[in-house]
Amino acid sequence: MEWASWSEFWNMGGYGFYVWGSYGVTAACIAVEVYLLKRAAGDTRRRLKRMQQWEEQ
Amino acid sequence: MNLYTYASPANFYVLAGKLVPWFAWGTGIFTVWGLYIAFFLAPTDFQQSEAYRIIFIHVPAAWMSMFIYLVMAFWGAIGLAFNTRLSFMMARALAPTGAIFTFIALWTGAWWGKPMWGAWWVWDARLTSELILLFLYVGIIALWAAIDDIKRGDRAGSLLTLIGAINVPIIYFSVKWWNTLHQGASVSLTKAPSMAATMLQGMLVLAIAAWLYTITVALIRVRRIILERERQTEWVKALLEKET
Repeated sequence: MEWASWSEFWNMGGYGFYVWGSYGVTAACIAVEVYLLKRAAGDTRRRLKRMQQWEEQ
Repeated sequence: MNLYTYASPANFYVLAGKLVPWFAWGTGIFTVWGLYIAFFLAPTDFQQSEAYRIIFIHVPAAWMSMFIYLVMAFWGAIGLAFNTRLSFMMARALAPTGAIFTFIALWTGAWWGKPMWGAWWVWDARLTSELILLFLYVGIIALWAAIDDIKRGDRAGSLLTLIGAINVPIIYFSVKWWNTLHQGASVSLTKAPSMAATMLQGMLVLAIAAWLYTITVALIRVRRIILERERQTEWVKALLEKET
């Protein structure tokens, strides 16, 4: 598939709203999952370390 | 080397940590490759024009939604039968990603249905059974979250997963068993695919990307679950001390 221009690419034969609405939300879902995963990993480590320090006291 | 070595959470934690970057890189490469095929190599569809390009995420997401569920049910069954701790942890690690892929399948289906069928949503067998799958995922995650006792939670959640597994063949065969608006399978094991080779190729590459992504995030999540559950053990204490 060769697109004549970028605007034609974004237009998707008149279905741009639906195509990009699908791809956009998919990308957003994955971005949110990865973000939450990273944040949770840090939270868990910090919490476990804190618990460990209390136990040592 | 004994394969059972990795059934021990302590060893699996290390192995999973080593595997994550490989799967993450694989995900990136296959995603870029698949999207390139989807948008720059695959031809325009003679019936649906460019709207059909939604298929490249819709079908892999729908496959993953069902497959992840079956993998969860498999780990749940192994856990219930042999009482292996790691199997339950794997089941828990997969559930959120399965729910996300189910949501993506439903969402992209709606955004494909609107221009092609004229409706965002219809209560047809395929769509309804996929929606039930989303409720199953959410229900299982909520059940795990509601039961504080880890062992009881594991067993209850896995039992619910196994009972709900009946829904997966219903989703898969719904387009055969009932008259539905949803089209039949374009790709099946028994007959040649009814689509252009490049379209199929793009779909398969993105399906592999979805697999690699699932493995990546499930491994990251299972490592966190292992740390939480093994926090009283010497190896986790030593690990955390080494980091500070």
